Amino acid sequence: MRWVGPCGGFGRAVAPDQPAGPGGPLVWEGRVRVAVCRGGAGLGALAGRLGWLTVLVLVVDSSTPAVTAALVEVSADGVASRAHRCTVDARAHGELLAPQVDAVLADADARPRDLTAIVAGLGPGPFTGLRVGLVTAATMGQVLGIPTYGVCSLDAIGYPAASGEPVLAASDARRKELYWAVYDGAGERVVGPEVSTPVVAAARARELGATIAVGDGAHRYAETLDLPVRVEPRYPDATVLASLAAERIRAGAPSERLTPLYLRRPDAVAATGRKPVLP
Amino acid sequence: MADEPLILGIETSCDETGVGIVRGHTLLADALASSVEEHARFGGVVPEVASRAHLEAIVPTMDRALTEAGVTLADIDAIAVTSGPGLAGALLVGVAAAKGYALAAEKPVYGVNHLAAHVAVDTLEHGPLPEPAIALLVSGGHSSLLLVDDLARGVTPLGATIDDAAGEAFDKVARLLGLPFPGGPPIDREARAGDAAAIAFPRGLTAAKDLAAHRYDFSFSGLKTAVARWVEARQRAGEPVPVADVAASFQEAVCDVLTSKALAACRAQGIETLVIGGGVAANSRLRAMAEQRAEKYGIRVRVPRPKLCTDNGAMVAALGSHLVAAGVAPSRLDLPADSALPLTTVSV
Ligand SMILES: [Zn+2]
Repeated sequence: MRWVGPCGGFGRAVAPDQPAGPGGPLVWEGRVRVAVCRGGAGLGALAGRLGWLTVLVLVVDSSTPAVTAALVEVSADGVASRAHRCTVDARAHGELLAPQVDAVLADADARPRDLTAIVAGLGPGPFTGLRVGLVTAATMGQVLGIPTYGVCSLDAIGYPAASGEPVLAASDARRKELYWAVYDGAGERVVGPEVSTPVVAAARARELGATIAVGDGAHRYAETLDLPVRVEPRYPDATVLASLAAERIRAGAPSERLTPLYLRRPDAVAATGRKPVLP
Repeated sequence: MADEPLILGIETSCDETGVGIVRGHTLLADALASSVEEHARFGGVVPEVASRAHLEAIVPTMDRALTEAGVTLADIDAIAVTSGPGLAGALLVGVAAAKGYALAAEKPVYGVNHLAAHVAVDTLEHGPLPEPAIALLVSGGHSSLLLVDDLARGVTPLGATIDDAAGEAFDKVARLLGLPFPGGPPIDREARAGDAAAIAFPRGLTAAKDLAAHRYDFSFSGLKTAVARWVEARQRAGEPVPVADVAASFQEAVCDVLTSKALAACRAQGIETLVIGGGVAANSRLRAMAEQRAEKYGIRVRVPRPKLCTDNGAMVAALGSHLVAAGVAPSRLDLPADSALPLTTVSV
């Protein structure tokens, strides 16, 4: 099953410095592009100081079935989407992501060397797919000599869904479990990320006063969670991911090692005594 | 040969993260990070542990390879990567990394067959490979006999193991004898002090009735069980286990089957070159026995040095270099990792 289309956040800009207002993030429509910084680390800091430059940032997320690549412009006062590709297919992250990165660069008429930073969703998410996004970001950052920044992928679901009341953001962890976190009314993560059964997630969310649930995991387990489900964003929103890293981008913060939020140990059992072959 | 293409190779099909750089047939760098110690307590490679280790190791290993070769990614002409066969999750890290490097550096990427790369690596040591050749590839993950008629476009499988890989048998017997994982090196060491004729262990699929259907196939499961029975019988009788003799006799049985089948293939096809690769090719008895037996038939045995026999990035770069020289088209960016990539597919 494959569904191609926007996975939320398409063509939208979020002002990251203000808490999201009722009903979702602030949508900043009119964007004025003055200049695009070309290449090199540290330009983010320069742009921040000058206040009028715009830098081009690549965003990738492969923590959910929605394989996402986007190009955003980060300016002194906002983040705006330039190009966005998203394909929902839980089994083809490895095939889909690189062509999508290539496509968003082409869509924006940009080349890799035009990038100033890369933002990647750190998960949590199914390991195999999650690593595709992180290794793509890390290797591209290495070649281009630009910083990479990690953001908890659930934040890009929970933050834009905040509407004054606590919200539970959840994605599918397979094995009948959820990856989840709870956000306060302003979109700040207060608990999580964690992995547990929907029953446990629901009980914890209720304790924390969540009145609404959001994310693909919330859709899948709506009945068990027994909370109203906010339709969007269903998957991590690329523009929000960039917004949540925008301070670091503007400050030219040091590059971060992109360590996945695994939350589970590898399945492995230590070798035990050998079974004898003689009867 | 400064005008020959500069090729980078990435290998992550099992527990070794390898990045190699070659120019033509010249090896410039071979950087390796291994997660083997993390797997030791599990008695075998744990796929998820290997995948996690690849993600952590890929960037620093690339840095080491570039420094060793004294080049930058901008100097590279093409990037080759193992796209299969191997552990699915582990392969995927390498394939995604190769695409990331290729995308950012705006270079072509070649997804290549791990087994064909084991053959190609010998060109770094012994120069161009005469075609056709027979290749014997033996490791913890594979045991195959191939006819290499055109290394750039396709190899023909002649036979393979029908149960355990040869290296797996080494691991299991080592564990039985209380030797460390991986089992190849300690068995090789112990066997030097032992008598290879002390115990007559079985040679799988060598009886006349088996040869009809499995002329070039291997089986090591029966051998492994025979060793276990023999050792247990000793232990139950309260007698000490002569570790060196068991190791030598077991190793002799494995090497006997491998070399006799490989040389039979050479003779049946009238081929004068036998290439041996894979981790088990680092075994000293296998190398000696193959050379000794081949001499009688005028067959030349080519075995690269042990470090090139085990999984590494140089072998992938060597195959990439061969593909570029042969004018093979690069892969597309949607190139998948294929854990069951067939031998007949050299590049994807
Ligand atoms: Zn191998």
